[in-house]
Amino acid sequence: MIEAELSRSAQRWCPGATGVAGVARLSGGASQETWRFDIAHPDGAIGAILRRSPQGYGAAPTRAAGLAAEAQLMQLAYEAGVPSPRVMHVLVPDDDLGTGFIMQRVEGETIARKILRDDEFAAARPHLARQIGGVLAGLHRLPLDKLPELRHMTAAKEIGDFERDYRSLDWPKPVFELALRWLRDRDPGPAAETTLVHGDFRNGNLIIGADGVRAVLDWELAHLGDPMEDLGWVCVNSWRFGEIDKPVGGFGSREDLFAGYEAAGRKVDPLRVKFWEVMGTLRWGIMCGGMMQRFREGPDHSMERAMIGRRASEAEIDLLRLLAPRGS
Amino acid sequence: MQDEPTPIELTRTVADFLRNDIAPLISGHQAFKLRVAVNILDLVTRQLTREEGSDAAELERLRALLGMDGSVTDLNRALAERIAKGEVDLATPGLSEHLWQTTMDKLAVDQPNYASYKRELSRNGG
Repeated sequence: MIEAELSRSAQRWCPGATGVAGVARLSGGASQETWRFDIAHPDGAIGAILRRSPQGYGAAPTRAAGLAAEAQLMQLAYEAGVPSPRVMHVLVPDDDLGTGFIMQRVEGETIARKILRDDEFAAARPHLARQIGGVLAGLHRLPLDKLPELRHMTAAKEIGDFERDYRSLDWPKPVFELALRWLRDRDPGPAAETTLVHGDFRNGNLIIGADGVRAVLDWELAHLGDPMEDLGWVCVNSWRFGEIDKPVGGFGSREDLFAGYEAAGRKVDPLRVKFWEVMGTLRWGIMCGGMMQRFREGPDHSMERAMIGRRASEAEIDLLRLLAPRGS
Repeated sequence: MQDEPTPIELTRTVADFLRNDIAPLISGHQAFKLRVAVNILDLVTRQLTREEGSDAAELERLRALLGMDGSVTDLNRALAERIAKGEVDLATPGLSEHLWQTTMDKLAVDQPNYASYKRELSRNGG
């Protein structure tokens, strides 16, 4: 249990804090954990979230920006008015909690299927696609000179990475080969403008309330690149959770997304968005292959991981629907 | 030849037992894990039911498309290589139909409730 360490830590940086309560592990794998807890305070309890890598799990996977960068990005977003939790504390060695940060807890729902079906969100749903456009515009406008060190990605580099990951699986899939060719043939070249890209902006990584988007989570894949990547990824069919005629996370139309983005003063390039949607669909398929491989070879021999491996075929059908649609 | 009941009958009876007798008794994370387990057994049952027929049809299509013989694994590898080299593409007669049929056969096992699959199935007239 980490209650004693959290209590000592909170009392150091949160004036008036007397301890912590309700410490509970939420999710995460071996290398990254999420915990919820309340900071006991004379003015009332403060809801908090800890994101950390425990001691001994320092090295981040190659694509991840790292928890320190994640904290910095969330704080920048918060200050710029992009819905994001306020970062309260970045862990230091004295905390004895590993590396990571503590942020204010934002109440709301992250489970995509609940957001798409529960009555509580019925009034918010029709507005979410447009609202997401506005949120992405704000995110893409975060000043480059204030960002932490991030990898710089282009479509060509991304295709190269996918191809390497896919070939390393030794898992011949004609549909993935077709998608790789399609992407290479249609690579639109470097973006006119390089911005911050969230990298995993989708239904499931947003906290939604009855009033709409309350926070953008999971910034670990943030990088510099083509802002249209985020608009394409949020439309990938797997993040529509069954509502396949509403491309934007199962909430609404591309037109609404684009209108929200442009109303916030940024331009959309629909062809690039489509390109990144194909890219994102292939990316998800290759991620499923990675899950299969880790299930086989890695320490996490879980049934959930095995079953995600069998979801590669969903990426295949969605790629065919994009690249070789059948007549209606 | 092995005795009966067949593997399909056996996986189905275990899945039914877990679903009907055990699921109501547990909750929380264990209940979630049990649902995943039952889904796995259902997938295995579907695969055992369909694989032989769909693999044979896939092999026939691959032979016609590539003009060569081999196992379904070898021919898939050969097709992947030809697409990668640009020797075969969507303009090649039969490729699109082959990829669609092969993918539909996979979804029928992996995720028959996936919305894109159900949409395409209704396009086929069921």
